[in-house]
Amino acid sequence: MVTMRGLSVATALWAVSLGAAQAQVAVKLGVLNDRSGVYSDIGGEGSEIAARMAVEDFKASEKGVTATVVAADHQNKPDVGSNIARQWYDQDGVDVILDVPTSSVALAINQITREKNKIFLNSGAATSDLTGAQCSPNTIHWAYDTVQLANVTGGAMVKRGGNTWFFLTADYAFGHALERDTSAVVKKNGGQVVGSVKTPFPSNDFSSFLLQAQASKAKVIGLANAGGDTINSIKQASEFGITQGGQSLAALLMFVNDVKALGLRTAQGLVFSETFYWDENDATREWSKRFLAKAGRMPNMTNAGTYSSVIHYLKAVAAEKSKDPAKVMAWMKANPTDDILFGKGSVRADGRKMHDALLLEVKKPEESKGEWDLLKILAKVPAEQAFRPMAEGNCPLVAKS
Amino acid sequence: MADAAVATSGAAIGPPVIEGTGAAGFHRAIFAGLVVLLLVAPFLLYPVFLMKVLCFALFAAAFNLLLGYGGLLSFGHAAYFGMASYISAYSAKVLGFPPELAILAGTAMGAALGLLFGALAIRRQGIYFAMITLALSQMVYFFSLQAKFTGGEDGIQAVPRGTLFGILNLAIDINLYYVVAAIFLIGLYAMYRIIHSPFGQVMKAIRDNEPRAISLGYRVNQYKLALFVMSTTLAGLAGATKAIVFQLASLTDVHWSMSGEPVLMTLVGGLGTVFGPLIGAAVIVSMQNYLATLGAWVLVVQGIIFVTCVLVFREGLLGFVAKTIRRPL
Repeated sequence: MVTMRGLSVATALWAVSLGAAQAQVAVKLGVLNDRSGVYSDIGGEGSEIAARMAVEDFKASEKGVTATVVAADHQNKPDVGSNIARQWYDQDGVDVILDVPTSSVALAINQITREKNKIFLNSGAATSDLTGAQCSPNTIHWAYDTVQLANVTGGAMVKRGGNTWFFLTADYAFGHALERDTSAVVKKNGGQVVGSVKTPFPSNDFSSFLLQAQASKAKVIGLANAGGDTINSIKQASEFGITQGGQSLAALLMFVNDVKALGLRTAQGLVFSETFYWDENDATREWSKRFLAKAGRMPNMTNAGTYSSVIHYLKAVAAEKSKDPAKVMAWMKANPTDDILFGKGSVRADGRKMHDALLLEVKKPEESKGEWDLLKILAKVPAEQAFRPMAEGNCPLVAKS
Repeated sequence: MADAAVATSGAAIGPPVIEGTGAAGFHRAIFAGLVVLLLVAPFLLYPVFLMKVLCFALFAAAFNLLLGYGGLLSFGHAAYFGMASYISAYSAKVLGFPPELAILAGTAMGAALGLLFGALAIRRQGIYFAMITLALSQMVYFFSLQAKFTGGEDGIQAVPRGTLFGILNLAIDINLYYVVAAIFLIGLYAMYRIIHSPFGQVMKAIRDNEPRAISLGYRVNQYKLALFVMSTTLAGLAGATKAIVFQLASLTDVHWSMSGEPVLMTLVGGLGTVFGPLIGAAVIVSMQNYLATLGAWVLVVQGIIFVTCVLVFREGLLGFVAKTIRRPL
């Protein structure tokens, strides 16, 4: 009798402990980005692959988390993106939305995520408003932003002797903002802006503007534009032999994939900033080769950011044993980040993920040793210098405290 | 060449059969069926998706009013749709208008812009008319890109949905859905009345043979301008409602590719049919929504469907049905 009772107690205990071990938290991650348009090479399927790799590498199921990844195309249209996001949150049980390039879509998702109390980990969009005027307790902006691009490209270039600047500015709000932010950084570092010209947006012919830039004798020509305009202006600058003539070309929004598409001959000498480069150290090389095997191309900072954000999110869910957004966000902000791609970092109260940023230069064709050996790291800028200080962002979340 | 093509297609899409006295009763039954369908739909499908379909259906119907019944191919309807959504979003967010006034303000913008652009554009016909409307809508696009109040490429975000007449909380999807469905039905019914009024008959006469209408003493340009403004007003209503539904207004809405959406929806659904644009909008929006995971293939699928429609259903899906059952829809 006694043994029987003992046995049943033991069985009960065993059952309880087993139950605890098996209490899996199921999370659903939605990668929402451009899979058919101009940014599909930057985020696209690559970010979905990165998210899946993060789930695999984290060995989520062993740590009590079941993670599934879904993906959709927002076609760079805010209404399409917000429709998908609402449906994901309301009907499909998605807990986190990842990537989301294109600022207008990102700001829309930022709003919906806050309204529905879910989590938004953005690596694809540039707008610094995500951690500024429109910051949200449910959003972390992971990979980069406009202020950081201006700080790193502007500041580091001046320190390296590029102290006179001429801007080619795309004539719309984004271009104006980039020029304004970068000019401020250049002047703060003791440089000088000798002139600027506004180019119609979008434009195919930059020759007269490039000739003005060449005639200005500025040491650095800043390209305050994006996408097709950047590509066109770099191609035409190469035809004018601008970098060979001793002037540097600085692109303010550029990805390693763009360099690959342009080719080294055209892009050589171009300077820009990313927060991740695959050839940085052994860990990034190893990861990037695995990524290359799956995606057919090397990762950029957007893909790397998606990976890194999923790792940190899964850590938070595993630690809290819950996917409650408030608890998970609190954990993510309270604990330092550490992953193989960005190393050690942190998440600030306004939702800014802090890590070092790189100033990169495109290699000359003769310096390159392989298909993807495209860039050299000129400088590594510490996070505190690269990103906008929290007090200057006017984020309502931190203004109160 | 293209001019002739527009003119002939305009002539070819006339009512497939002569409207009998039974048509009014038949249409009343369809409207009743539509009301029932709209009432139960949110219990079967996701309301936000349905609201998107209804906004685009209204937009396509407004476009169809102009092309299907006036023979005027406007390629710049995004201008009225988009500006209305900006005005609606701006007045709701910055000026603090309640949703009903915000939507009215946007609709008024559609009307005003339509009057201005229409007065210029109707002086030319066929392809030149289409090009002038396209050029004017591109002006609106670049204005929206540069103007301060539109927020440039970030758009106007976080527009409050507010409470309708101070009592109905529109933040709840289902409430908003019924409001949007009501707006859609009112818009569609208004169009139905316009089409079947003496004014609509004159418009059809002008569409089919403009010189003859002139010879009968009709001031053709005034009729065309009136129809143009009605169409842009309804396009404005659709845009203004969409801004409240999605709580944002962005450059997508004024981009020229947005002018192509109602063309596609109307042609797929059935040009010159009252209910065709609704079917077309449902087909196109469902594809964009449910095939979103296919990425780039959405456009390919959309293209295949469009080609199939043009080859197999020359009159569009509903036009085909109308021809088969020998009743106007």
